[in-house]
Amino acid sequence: MAADYGTRMATTAGVTRGTVTTQVERPDRWWLEPVAIVSVLGLFVLYSAWAGLVNAHYYSEPYLSPFYSPCITSSCPHVTFGVPFVGDWWGFSPAVFIVGFPLVFRLTCYYYRRSYYRAFFWAPPACTVPDARAKYAGETRFPFILQNLHRYTWYLAVPIWAILTYDAVLAFIFPTPDHTGFRLGVGLGSLIMLANVAFIGLYTFSCHSCRYLCGGYLDRFRGAPIRYRLWNTVNRLNTRHGLFAWLSLFSVGLTDLYIRIVSMGWLVDPRIVF
Amino acid sequence: MTEATLRVWRGDRDGGAFEDYTVPTDEGMVVLDVIHKVQELRAPDLAVRWNCKAGKCGSCSAEINGAPRLMCMTRMNTFDPGEPITVSPIKAFPVIKDLVSDVSFNYEKAKTIPAFAARPKEADGTRRMYQEEVERVQEFHKCIECFLCQDVCHVIRDHDENKMAFSGPRYFVRLAALEMHPLDANDRMELIRAKQGLGFCNITKCCTEVCPEHIKITDNAIIPLKERVVTEFYDPLAWAKRRVFGRSGRGLPPAAAPGPSSPHSREPEPPSA
Amino acid sequence: MTETIDRHEYDVVVIGAGGAGIRAAIEASAQGARTALVCKSLFGKAHTVMAEGGIAAALRNVWKEDSWEVHFRDTMRGGKLLNNWRMAQLHAQEAPDRVLELEEWGALFDRTEDGLILQRDFGGHRYARLAHVGDRTGLEMIRTLQNHAVHKGIDVHMECTIRRLLTDGDAVTGCTGYWRGTGQLVAFGAKAIVLATGGFGKAWKITSNSWEYTGDGIAMALDAGADLIDMEMTQFHPTGMVWPPSVRGILVTEGVRGDGGTLVNSLGRRFMFDYIPDFFRKDTALTEDEADRWYTDKANNRRTPDLLPRDEVARAINAEVKAGRGSPHGGVFLDIASRRDADYIRRRLPSMYHQFKELADVDITASAMEVGPTLHYLMGGVRVEADTAATTVPGLFAAGEVAAGMHGANRLGGNSLSDLLVFGRRAGLGAAAHAASQRSWRRPDEAQVALSTREILAPFERPEVGEDPYQLHGLLQRTMQANAGIIRTEDELTRVLADIGKLRARALKVRVSGGRTYNPAWHLALDLLSMLTCAEATALAALRRTESRGGHTRSDFPATDLAWGSKNVVTRRRDGVLVLTDEPIPAPPDDLHRLLGDDAPEQARVEPELVIEAARS
Repeated sequence: MAADYGTRMATTAGVTRGTVTTQVERPDRWWLEPVAIVSVLGLFVLYSAWAGLVNAHYYSEPYLSPFYSPCITSSCPHVTFGVPFVGDWWGFSPAVFIVGFPLVFRLTCYYYRRSYYRAFFWAPPACTVPDARAKYAGETRFPFILQNLHRYTWYLAVPIWAILTYDAVLAFIFPTPDHTGFRLGVGLGSLIMLANVAFIGLYTFSCHSCRYLCGGYLDRFRGAPIRYRLWNTVNRLNTRHGLFAWLSLFSVGLTDLYIRIVSMGWLVDPRIVF
Repeated sequence: MTEATLRVWRGDRDGGAFEDYTVPTDEGMVVLDVIHKVQELRAPDLAVRWNCKAGKCGSCSAEINGAPRLMCMTRMNTFDPGEPITVSPIKAFPVIKDLVSDVSFNYEKAKTIPAFAARPKEADGTRRMYQEEVERVQEFHKCIECFLCQDVCHVIRDHDENKMAFSGPRYFVRLAALEMHPLDANDRMELIRAKQGLGFCNITKCCTEVCPEHIKITDNAIIPLKERVVTEFYDPLAWAKRRVFGRSGRGLPPAAAPGPSSPHSREPEPPSA
Repeated sequence: MTETIDRHEYDVVVIGAGGAGIRAAIEASAQGARTALVCKSLFGKAHTVMAEGGIAAALRNVWKEDSWEVHFRDTMRGGKLLNNWRMAQLHAQEAPDRVLELEEWGALFDRTEDGLILQRDFGGHRYARLAHVGDRTGLEMIRTLQNHAVHKGIDVHMECTIRRLLTDGDAVTGCTGYWRGTGQLVAFGAKAIVLATGGFGKAWKITSNSWEYTGDGIAMALDAGADLIDMEMTQFHPTGMVWPPSVRGILVTEGVRGDGGTLVNSLGRRFMFDYIPDFFRKDTALTEDEADRWYTDKANNRRTPDLLPRDEVARAINAEVKAGRGSPHGGVFLDIASRRDADYIRRRLPSMYHQFKELADVDITASAMEVGPTLHYLMGGVRVEADTAATTVPGLFAAGEVAAGMHGANRLGGNSLSDLLVFGRRAGLGAAAHAASQRSWRRPDEAQVALSTREILAPFERPEVGEDPYQLHGLLQRTMQANAGIIRTEDELTRVLADIGKLRARALKVRVSGGRTYNPAWHLALDLLSMLTCAEATALAALRRTESRGGHTRSDFPATDLAWGSKNVVTRRRDGVLVLTDEPIPAPPDDLHRLLGDDAPEQARVEPELVIEAARS
């Protein structure tokens, strides 16, 4: 009985999908995207775990690997801001203290959530391809309900970005050969670190929470011209949030890799010092 | 004259199967034209919904090669000649017959959303809104209710049991349109969190991918709603701020400036019962 | 076999859920009437969503000089003075309130600099007057009404086709039909019924109308004893898509010209300057320079002839194509690409951009569109009383395209959406008042219900080998397109009538296969009967009006005839056959007549040379 939509809630909501076959009708290679995401994210996680724990070759003056910044133990060859917060008793990698900050920012990021829910949880693996699990509660329960705290992770991510920017500035200041003074210069490493903070900045400031905090919470923009302009700018950046997420992920890994290789002496950093 | 073969799902609530139809085609045809040819030449009782045939009414939703699409906006020349083209009904809802599904779920959900309620007029009797304010909401008003986003959303597509607790992307777009409307005075935040089931959405963005009106459903409607829900229910700082400073609204009335006299100073109609 | 019939009773049943129908239901319900809204499609899919340009209302947000008087004048002159003056007056006076009411219900129109509703230029309107949302105003309107109606306690019955009005010999008592989804029959008892069923554009091959436009309301009203007027007045919208063939007829909004687009022939000439009739010469730019200046300075320049009323533009395009100056696919060019920058076009005309890009592979910001006339609107229809929208049958009301009189011989763009709102509301008021005056439901006449049941189920019960409804529909479209198009002659109209006679006989032999569950062949077999009735009424009325005026052009009577200017052609069904008479149109009172201008009505005329030339070539 079609049509009278006055009284049908109970029936409709209870009714199953009907009898159409649920086999996947997509003829395209829909599994490519999840496979690619699993591979790339997996590789990154493995590499960064190793690089963060190995506790060596993360500094090659004046370059500090972003995995180890800010470096706050007294074991650091370059203690950020010069004051170690953690003393000699700490025997492990100093990266452990700070790795969580960018990690939770990315873990709760709206873009990464899309990607890993699809690729790792298969909920769904691709559009119109059935979910892997029979039960689904989305982000209504623990632990996923914690995704709602994304804006707090943004609060953490901003100072990290500021410190990385500070590191990138230091990357243009080179020691004199006799280690008594400093001179300005540009090395390949300086440029890589600069590009890295640029990408991380674009990623951090195109964040959906940032967009909301800048002015997205307003319903009326008249009378709030600055917030409107801010919101509008972030809005434009936000359309490429996914792109920035990937670019900054690669740049962070490659920056560490570059510094590591230079530090291990496999490569001499080309530089011009004035 | 060229020919095309469509593999169309035929059947009803009791079951069905794909059937192949080969019909002559013309330049510029869309899938809906070919379906009409099938009706005319091969299967007069083939059920299909359609109206405007120009992508404006959102009636002819179907799954073409597994992709939720409007049949009237899917041109035949986007397929390779000879490529098999399957057409089946949208599957998140019970099928009635052939390509027609029972979409009354959506109309039921529409009724659970409290209506727009305008806040008071300006002192000069007008309602002023500015282009930069309405543009954000106008994007949501482009929705043609084709329900393709509802169809593709795995929360209900793959989990019938969620249908009671979850309204689906179309209604988050509607709620966003109301919540961000410069004149709306209703507060629906608790409703959005608890009854409309915003938390079920895991922002996998299939709704955005299939939207024929190119509404950025996830980025512009759902995520901003999630952020608003966070402020209301999950953000301790926002909660503390409300306790200390009171509810500051969302940029609501910058108290009406007395403007020049306007042609709309007449009294409003008495409200409808 | 006894057929079970689903029964419902309401104070007011509104048939059709476009703008007029929803507005009527909202109003009837607000008056306390138990109201049902019945529609053939899903709720919110009605043809109103196709309206693009805007809602005409003298809001005076852009031009302070505007007023309801000017709007009234534009409407009457555009309608070649065949309009019901009282309807035109009510419409012009109430349209602004109706638009503001939509805003009250959540509609978001484009804004002026100072935050009011922005208004755009359209054909035949002296001032920029159309409240709009880009080029999807109809969608905004129907969605606003729909969302408002949802909470008003109206029962919406979707995908339900009504086939017959029940009467007790005098007043309506209800209606019968079937659910499209299941094929189950249904009967509604009603104290009052509002028809809001639109026109019957689907009888033509090239039309902007959707499948729903089959004239059910007109046919049912006729069968119930109501008067029709002006059935010969059909509007061909000058700009429909012409290529590729499968999209031929789909509308290209007048907003393209309102926002700066011009019509150009294959020689690159802006030919509309060659087709300015005397009646509009005083208000129209005669040079391209003046026309271009007018877009920005309306006070000191006259409007471009590209924005003459639709009948004039459609005839001009027709003449250009016949003279061999058309575009490759039998239209003319509509060029905005060379006149406005790409951003402006995409912002002002997003769905046109989208439509051409996706359906025709044409980027309208880079090249010209090909356009040609497409059957768009029926000015004629059910005769109504202006203030209450009551038809000549007690208890039966009509609003929107199905009703006649408001637009006279030609409708101005933008006046349709405002018509829906103004008279939808009035029909709802009228129907609720009528229902309140009835103490109880009169039992539907079971003999009529049984007759209707037999009619509805007949296509299943005929001999195995019968006619095919799709083929018959195609034949009807072909003959209407060829013989009842923009330019008509006695011979052609006689041929149409003969064809209709034959098609009707064959339509009564249609046999459909398959079951009753959502069977489109069956639906078409029934809709076809309505289309045939309407087509016959149009052909008869067109034969009778031996002049050219507005949406009715006869090459054998190319001149506008003053005597016809004060007469409606009235169509009635009496003893099963259609009977036509001419009846005088009431003249407006002096104060309103003065608004029409000194040259009215003498010059409300079609240019005879143009008609002859077009017919000859």
